[in-house]
Amino acid sequence: MSIFVNKDTKVITQGITGAVGLFHTQQALSYGTQVVGGVTPGKGGTTVEGLPVFNTVVDAVEATGATASVIYVAAPFAADAIMEAIDAELDLVVCITEGIPVLDMVKVRRYLEGKKTRLIGPNCPGVITPDECKIGIMPGYIHKKGHVGIVSRSGTLTYEAVHQLSTRGIGQSTAVGIGGDPVNGTNFIDVLEAFENDPETKAVIMIGEIGGTAEEEAAEWIKANMTKPVVGFIGGQTAPPGKRMGHAGAIISGGKGTAAEKIATLERCGVSVASTPAVIGETLVNLLEAKGLLDEFVVKS
Amino acid sequence: MNVHEYQGKEVLKKFGVQVPNGYVAFNADEAVQAAQSLGGNLWVVKAQIHAGGRGKAGGVKLAKSLDEVREFANELIGKVLVTHQTGPEGKEVKRLLIEEGCPIEKEYYIGVVIDRSSNSVVLMGSEEGGTEIEEVAEKTPEKIFKEVVDPAVGLLPFQANRLANRINIPKDKIREAVKFMLALYKAFVEKDCALAEINPLVTTTDGRVMALDAKLNFDSNALYRQKDIVALRDLDEEDAKEIEASKYDLSYIALDGNIGCMVNGAGLAMATMDIIKHYNGDPANFLDVGGGATAEKVTEAFKIILSDEKVKGIFVNIFGGIMKCDVIADGVIQAAKQVELDRPLVVRLEGTNVELGKKMLNESGLAIVAADSMADGAQKIVELVK
Repeated sequence: MSIFVNKDTKVITQGITGAVGLFHTQQALSYGTQVVGGVTPGKGGTTVEGLPVFNTVVDAVEATGATASVIYVAAPFAADAIMEAIDAELDLVVCITEGIPVLDMVKVRRYLEGKKTRLIGPNCPGVITPDECKIGIMPGYIHKKGHVGIVSRSGTLTYEAVHQLSTRGIGQSTAVGIGGDPVNGTNFIDVLEAFENDPETKAVIMIGEIGGTAEEEAAEWIKANMTKPVVGFIGGQTAPPGKRMGHAGAIISGGKGTAAEKIATLERCGVSVASTPAVIGETLVNLLEAKGLLDEFVVKS
Repeated sequence: MNVHEYQGKEVLKKFGVQVPNGYVAFNADEAVQAAQSLGGNLWVVKAQIHAGGRGKAGGVKLAKSLDEVREFANELIGKVLVTHQTGPEGKEVKRLLIEEGCPIEKEYYIGVVIDRSSNSVVLMGSEEGGTEIEEVAEKTPEKIFKEVVDPAVGLLPFQANRLANRINIPKDKIREAVKFMLALYKAFVEKDCALAEINPLVTTTDGRVMALDAKLNFDSNALYRQKDIVALRDLDEEDAKEIEASKYDLSYIALDGNIGCMVNGAGLAMATMDIIKHYNGDPANFLDVGGGATAEKVTEAFKIILSDEKVKGIFVNIFGGIMKCDVIADGVIQAAKQVELDRPLVVRLEGTNVELGKKMLNESGLAIVAADSMADGAQKIVELVK
């Protein structure tokens, strides 16, 4: 088991003929992901990497039986691409695109209501279940199959955490990047709940950052519902207020959304918070060791 | 993206939001001309800088004669205003807004924001106008009222009416207040605002409801479809290095320390600042070169970091996913050749093509200190700049 994606997930790429979409489709194929086709309006009937290209998502789904889509469409058209995928009733839509206007995402969220689709992102690295399915832009080779679930607002910081685990022989069940935008499809709690219900996931790493109150809400949810050990990290402890730190959502405004506040809440709710980004893996190892659980996590390879 | 108060008011006016009559002035003569065109016998001379708290800092003056308009304009132009939002160095005033004086009855607060919890646009109001809304939220949260807007239908008149009533707008001005809020919401969504704050909104004894101040912030992701807003950008209000960085699509923010940072990914860039601080160093900047950086982009990033005289050393921290380590290495080498690299450089590379990247750096003949991990790199650069 794992969450959201596994070896049976059939993926189409929206924006498959663009440079970025094509590159990552090739990467996904070589990782072993079941990519079954792509969509680029106007390019229907052609093939890319031996995969059929369609003009519309619904055509692609009908012809290939796809259950998931990954979106590399340029920001001005990305919200429309997401809604097309939701309309085609895909189970999972992962939007990698960065820079989508926030009011477009407000509309997308409204459009999602009552629909079956789970949207991950936008402005995220994607989701990976090691050795089974990689949807997104993360480097596949740093991952190892195992029992730690990872959820993060940041891409490269997720790789950092994965790397720290893999080099210690600790594998991952699924790693989910939820993205750094203020309005997105899936939040921490959605992913934490899925990890809590996944028998393969035995511990969780949650990586947050300054801005908003999603980490605080997740902390309260963990306290009330989570039975598995959780390690946290919050980026931006030294970020000045009022400055947007790269991610549209990473901004301290009106004294809200500071790292100190988030760390205090996480700790109060029973989460072990790593003091620096370099010791996320170590913090988990120490926690598991203290609980006598470490042996269950180390993968023989 | 921020704009000046007078620019924000011009934008709002086009959508039917009532604002006092006024003109921008760049010197005392223009200020007096503006006051003459406005007529009347009471004018407000307001310093235009991209920061709040101008009133308390002496940047807003009430003039009772044209002579006073001239006097205040002369006083304010060129003055460095220090407010709680400018930092201790303050900001020089280069533009003034000359407005008609208004017979104020009462002040209110109206704000439109993107609410992350409800994933919606939210209209907020309070009868505690004029003060910082954060202060109101802390001390008397029961005095802040909210209306969550359904994007499918937009702000509805009943919601505006409900909010106007809750914040105790006088009965005879409710209709005007509703019109105001509907127009404000329309401006917010059509111009892709990230924040629109009217503090204060005022009712006047001559029956008007209008924005005495206006702070608009625009979603930078949406600027591609808001060309008229982009034209309002005032480069004088921005950091020169941040402007240069934005030309190359680099996300750069100047800080006060002495260790220049170049990182890929916003999360890792923030975390790199944190770990430098953890080892008692001081980051000079936040810099995310992004996922799709080219050697040219890396070179420019490097030049921007080095143009900061405070920088005594540089820490490059890259976890290559899409970003390949050899591309970073190439950019670093090119930059170091173009600008004379006279300060210590610590490089930590990990990820795609890491061996090739390390090899290129080793063979470049540059004095580069290699680091095995981000902790190792942070410790090394902190030590080197001591």
